Amino acid sequence: MNFVVPDFYPAAAEILVAVMALVIMLASTFARRVASDLAYGLTQLTLVFAALVSVLVSPNLLAAVAAVISEVPLFGVRLAEVLMSLAEGYAANEVVATFNGMFIGDMLGGLLKVFSLLAVAVALLYGRGYLADRKIDRPEYYLLSLLMSLGMMVMISANHMLSLYMGLEMMSLSLYGMVAFDRESSRATEAAMKYFVLGALASGLLLYGMSMIYGATGSLELSGIAQSIYHQAANKTVLVFGLVFIVAGLAFKLGVVPFHMWVPDVYQGAPTAVTLMISSAPKLAAFAMAMRLLVYGLFELADQWQTMLMFLSVLSIVLGNLAAIAQSNIKRMLAYSGISHMGFVLLGLLAGVVDGDRNFALNAYSSAMFYAVSYVIMSLASFGMVILLSRAGFEAETIEDFKGLNKRNSWFAALMMIVMFSMAGIPFFIGFFAKLSVLQAVVAAGHVWLAVLAVMMSVIGAFYYLRVVKVMYFDEPTDSAPIRAQGEVRFLLSANGLAIAVLGLLPQGLMSLCAYALLASL
Amino acid sequence: MTGMPFLSLAIWIPILGGLLVLATGSDRNAPLARSLSMLVALVGCAVTIPLFTQFDAGSSSMQFGEFLPWIPRFNINYHLGVDGISVLFVLLNSFITIIVVMAGWQVIQEKVAQYMAAFLIMSGLMNGIFSALDGILFYVFFEASLIPLYLVIGIWGGANRVYAAIKFFLYTLLGSLLMLIALLYLFMEAGGSFSILDWHKLPLAMPAQTLIFWAFLIAFAVKVPMWPVHTWLPDAHVEAPTGGSVVLAAIALKLGAYGFLRFSLPIVPDASQAMAPMMIALSLIAVIYIGFVALVQTDMKKLVAYSSISHMGFVTLGFFMFNVVGLEGALVQMISHGFVSGAMFLCIGVLYDRMHTRNIADYGGVVKTMPKFAAFFMLFAMANAGLPGTSGFIGEFMVVLGAVQFNFWVAFAAATTLILGAAYTLWMYKRVVFGVVGNSHVAELEDIGGREFAFLGILALCVLAMGLYPFPFTEVMHASVNELLRHVAVSKL
Repeated sequence: MNFVVPDFYPAAAEILVAVMALVIMLASTFARRVASDLAYGLTQLTLVFAALVSVLVSPNLLAAVAAVISEVPLFGVRLAEVLMSLAEGYAANEVVATFNGMFIGDMLGGLLKVFSLLAVAVALLYGRGYLADRKIDRPEYYLLSLLMSLGMMVMISANHMLSLYMGLEMMSLSLYGMVAFDRESSRATEAAMKYFVLGALASGLLLYGMSMIYGATGSLELSGIAQSIYHQAANKTVLVFGLVFIVAGLAFKLGVVPFHMWVPDVYQGAPTAVTLMISSAPKLAAFAMAMRLLVYGLFELADQWQTMLMFLSVLSIVLGNLAAIAQSNIKRMLAYSGISHMGFVLLGLLAGVVDGDRNFALNAYSSAMFYAVSYVIMSLASFGMVILLSRAGFEAETIEDFKGLNKRNSWFAALMMIVMFSMAGIPFFIGFFAKLSVLQAVVAAGHVWLAVLAVMMSVIGAFYYLRVVKVMYFDEPTDSAPIRAQGEVRFLLSANGLAIAVLGLLPQGLMSLCAYALLASL
Repeated sequence: MTGMPFLSLAIWIPILGGLLVLATGSDRNAPLARSLSMLVALVGCAVTIPLFTQFDAGSSSMQFGEFLPWIPRFNINYHLGVDGISVLFVLLNSFITIIVVMAGWQVIQEKVAQYMAAFLIMSGLMNGIFSALDGILFYVFFEASLIPLYLVIGIWGGANRVYAAIKFFLYTLLGSLLMLIALLYLFMEAGGSFSILDWHKLPLAMPAQTLIFWAFLIAFAVKVPMWPVHTWLPDAHVEAPTGGSVVLAAIALKLGAYGFLRFSLPIVPDASQAMAPMMIALSLIAVIYIGFVALVQTDMKKLVAYSSISHMGFVTLGFFMFNVVGLEGALVQMISHGFVSGAMFLCIGVLYDRMHTRNIADYGGVVKTMPKFAAFFMLFAMANAGLPGTSGFIGEFMVVLGAVQFNFWVAFAAATTLILGAAYTLWMYKRVVFGVVGNSHVAELEDIGGREFAFLGILALCVLAMGLYPFPFTEVMHASVNELLRHVAVSKL
């Protein structure tokens, strides 16, 4: 046995999160009275530091960020120079695989990790007051969210079916625990049970698919699988059979029709703070998983999986939008809207290869990624608003609870309006540019009918978003309680809402980051 | 040409000013919000004056151009410019904004800052629509302008306002999203360019042209609105507050018509030629059938709304006959309709503020108590009916003249509007203003005050000036119209 010490450097952020999770576990055991404050503070610090470390150790990421920043007037160029000098000192400059090819450090992974870590941090910040009001602000919650983050990071950087599966399970198991965190609530427990059973089923499907791929190609490493298929060494029938199971498992994690059944129930049943968590960062991780499995591993089978994704995405967009109309519970409505948004992400993923021509891939996948990131930003803001209106003993769950918000607090009403219009895809908000870039990729791939269908469904979608705006602006308030929230939640929620508007006016930076990431990693 | 970015100023002064007005907050600061919005509207209008004075009427090219890369990833640019067609609408829009602010001065007592801000922001967005030369930039302004109008109808509208607001929004959204697909398709065909001017030169096969024509048609026909997709307009008008109706009639309806001139005709000329008989038929239906519909309305606002649809039918008719007189007539009609229909809605607003009813039957003998008002209302009613000497006449006359060149029977059918228009407008006028004083409420009416006198007076001047001496308007558009028709005549196949 000759044991090679792996290169730990690309996994520095993961190691940091893992170590800190253990530290927090220990520390909160001893610091009894301030345990949750301590755990919360340390968790936030860890998340932010891990995001910084991810930027540093991901190849090309810092340079790409610098390139984007240099476009900013005034101080942009100088800041970019500083970043570039940092990049020379720390950043790796090529894609590295380490841990015997289990782990890959590339810019795609780096960028997705940064966004997911920040999303988790924001979600924790929004949710803390909510948890405290319900007396479930315990250190374990923060520990679970750190472990979930670790799972996501492993998933995002996986270059091997085993590490991918391990990350996925780590994320999912933490999430099951978080959904059930309010153990007094029978609704939450039921939701957690559903989530767990269906999630286990999906993991089983995925695992079964992986085993078939392994059987056909003799490799679990994604690049090995790709090579084996490229050299036509694999049995095509077994491969396609395995692919079906893999896509089904993926569809479940993304929450797209017909594997969406858990989404509305879990979103509605879980404490809103957890719903906020599920609806944000894990979507990015699921996107990363789709990229790794389908694009890095099974790119040769693009013709097959693109057709499957087409069915999934059409069904999701149609069903998600239609079902959302009937909802009176806003969490459920946002769940269905999330299903349709994931359908749009799939639209981007299925437009990468046209008749064997791969020149569309960069454009299509970066559009899908841009969509996923934009969705996460919008989703954070929307559930953040739901949390903002909730208080001790009162869940702002129905759309009616937003009645007359303009009279109660016109600032937050305006923010919620921005979020709703953005989700509906109305300019000048980021949601419009997300839709634009995905539709552009779809039209470029020649599926004009798909684009037409998607926009028709967007009109239906606009109806239920408009209804929220209608309730806030056209109706009289029934609830006169002032909005109480800590200063930092108000501030961050405002920043989040404004980001949707500002990124809508200037979407180029985020778009080109996504494009660079794929350019450097494909 | 000067270096000042007049178009950008015309777009962003109202938008930023609107946000500033919004920042004045609650109704305690209402007087500040009002004066601030007046200031913004005046400055916004002032910066458009150079667009007129420095405009080179001899040239058909885009003037006051501005170009900045906006989203290089998709080659989307902040590209502005106006030609003889669009410059008039920028001017009209900035001007109408002042009137709208004046009209809402006293009437709106609730959420004043939000009301004023919505109109100012809308005004900036509309200027953006008329001056955008990039497809996506156009689209972005086009869609974004739905939001303020949706809020205006929904918050300050009448009893059935929610239904009207949502119907308005969804109807127009449906149309414009199909246009988005057409824009993306053109982007691909043009090798990655969203520039409208590039698209003008782009050769396209007939099937593609036909599909693109339909996509544009749905988007613009809903906005115009053309028969049979006009049903949102009467609802929206009836429920909207006066200012909303004015903007809707004077500006928003022009967006669709403008879209035909900027997109449909020059980008897909062959399809436009091929579809012209259908378009003319639809326009004539709008002119005649909707004219009859207007005749039987019992609600004043609905009546004027239907008359707007009928007048816009005249505009689309003028476009699709492809001759200079017809097209210029249609443009003159658009500007004139902006003044006249705006004024009609303001007059109805004046009555509504006093009586809180729009039913024709509730009035009668208004002239006895409001003589000054009755005089203004008379003038605008005449203009709406197309009386010579008012702006309404010029446009209709030119379109009919163009129609005679095109086909006698089309001209014959179109000319019936002169009778119909007179019938429904003057009949309404008679029932409202003349006759015996209908009831005690009418007997207690107060005549218009200084503020109302001012905005009706300004509009009356515009209507008369344009009716007596339309040359400055036609002169500005002449070169561009000629160029457009020359362009449409060349096949792109």
